[in-house]
Amino acid sequence: MSQEILDGLAAIVNEVAGTPVADITPEKAFIDDLDIDSLSMVEVVMACEDKFGVSIPDGEVKNLKTVGDAVAFIEKAGTPA
Amino acid sequence: MTAALRLPAGRPGSRILSVGSYRPARVVDNDEIAARIDSSDEWIRERSGIITRHVAAPDESVSDMALAAASKALAAAGIAAEDIGMVLVATVTHPYQTPSAAAEVAFRVGAVNAGALDVAAACAGFCYALGIADNLVRTGTSEHVLVIGVEKLTDFLNLEDRGSAFIFGDGAGAVVVGPSDHPGIGPVVWGADGGQRDAITMTQSWAEYRDNPGEHYPTLVMQGQQVFRWAVGEIAKVCEQALATAGVTSDDLVAFIPHQANMRITDAIVRQLKLPEHVVIARDIATTGNTSAASVPLALDKLIETGQVTGGGLALLVGFGAGLAYAAQVVELP
Repeated sequence: MSQEILDGLAAIVNEVAGTPVADITPEKAFIDDLDIDSLSMVEVVMACEDKFGVSIPDGEVKNLKTVGDAVAFIEKAGTPA
Repeated sequence: MTAALRLPAGRPGSRILSVGSYRPARVVDNDEIAARIDSSDEWIRERSGIITRHVAAPDESVSDMALAAASKALAAAGIAAEDIGMVLVATVTHPYQTPSAAAEVAFRVGAVNAGALDVAAACAGFCYALGIADNLVRTGTSEHVLVIGVEKLTDFLNLEDRGSAFIFGDGAGAVVVGPSDHPGIGPVVWGADGGQRDAITMTQSWAEYRDNPGEHYPTLVMQGQQVFRWAVGEIAKVCEQALATAGVTSDDLVAFIPHQANMRITDAIVRQLKLPEHVVIARDIATTGNTSAASVPLALDKLIETGQVTGGGLALLVGFGAGLAYAAQVVELP
């Protein structure tokens, strides 16, 4: 798992929800563990698109339950086919 | 030889002369709504910033509320109703296909010399109508224009729909637009994206309901996340365009008055715009809810009434909503 993406995502979650960066680890669920609700999640997704240059469609967002899910998706989406 | 057509003399600008508003007497808190949608006061506040909203009486119509707001705006401007050249009513909740709410309001307010037209651009409607009014006055077509944003959204809600029941309220706001020796309403920036028509729509058409009368009558339905993403992603850019087109920057503003869609959308747009500290942000939604086309003039009137802004300063207005229609402009405060 890319540490760089994890760190970038942690910074985004921290900015949107104020969650301490140290708490943002791959196994944490956005909604249940990190105080992110459905609207904050949209903000996180939009910031990720900007930061990592990837596209995360609305239909995909519901599959990104944990921080690890999001890192894996961004890694895959950012890899040239 | 064909005779040459003559045009009226144009004006260097138009401006908002006055504002008037009407909020229905009944105030509904979150507890009353939460009971029907398996929710809570805290959940509604967190997701929308709404604490209370005003709800019209069953026998109180769109036209009644529009008339109340319009009468106040006319009195404040000191303009006689017969001197109004056009009445524009922005609404999507006047419950008749025809005649228009504007024709009814023009008659009731005594605007006997005015044209009358409804503007159906949902939550963007007031800013659309204001853009049209500015053009009418500047071209010399109309001396004064009465612009009203009014909604009775509670007539078109399913009170058991968790995605929308807590958001909307009723009310009306009106302004009188008249000539000015300098531009007091900046160029309007507007557009729409009908490709996203399903983001905010009705559950079905009236024709479908006629054929299936056992179902719930047509009500508003919204894809919250899709709307949030569009609003946060696109509306900050529209705001920047409105500032640039008017030749000003956010440093020149005294107030930002966005459509009161959801406090979270306002917060996210404000973050993206990086507005200077001195700019007052309209947050009327807390006690008014989302009143669609009425929200911008209601929020404008609240800022003036509470002394948060004084006349002459510049405010950025932006409306956005169903149709995914939007409109924004910079205005000089009355």
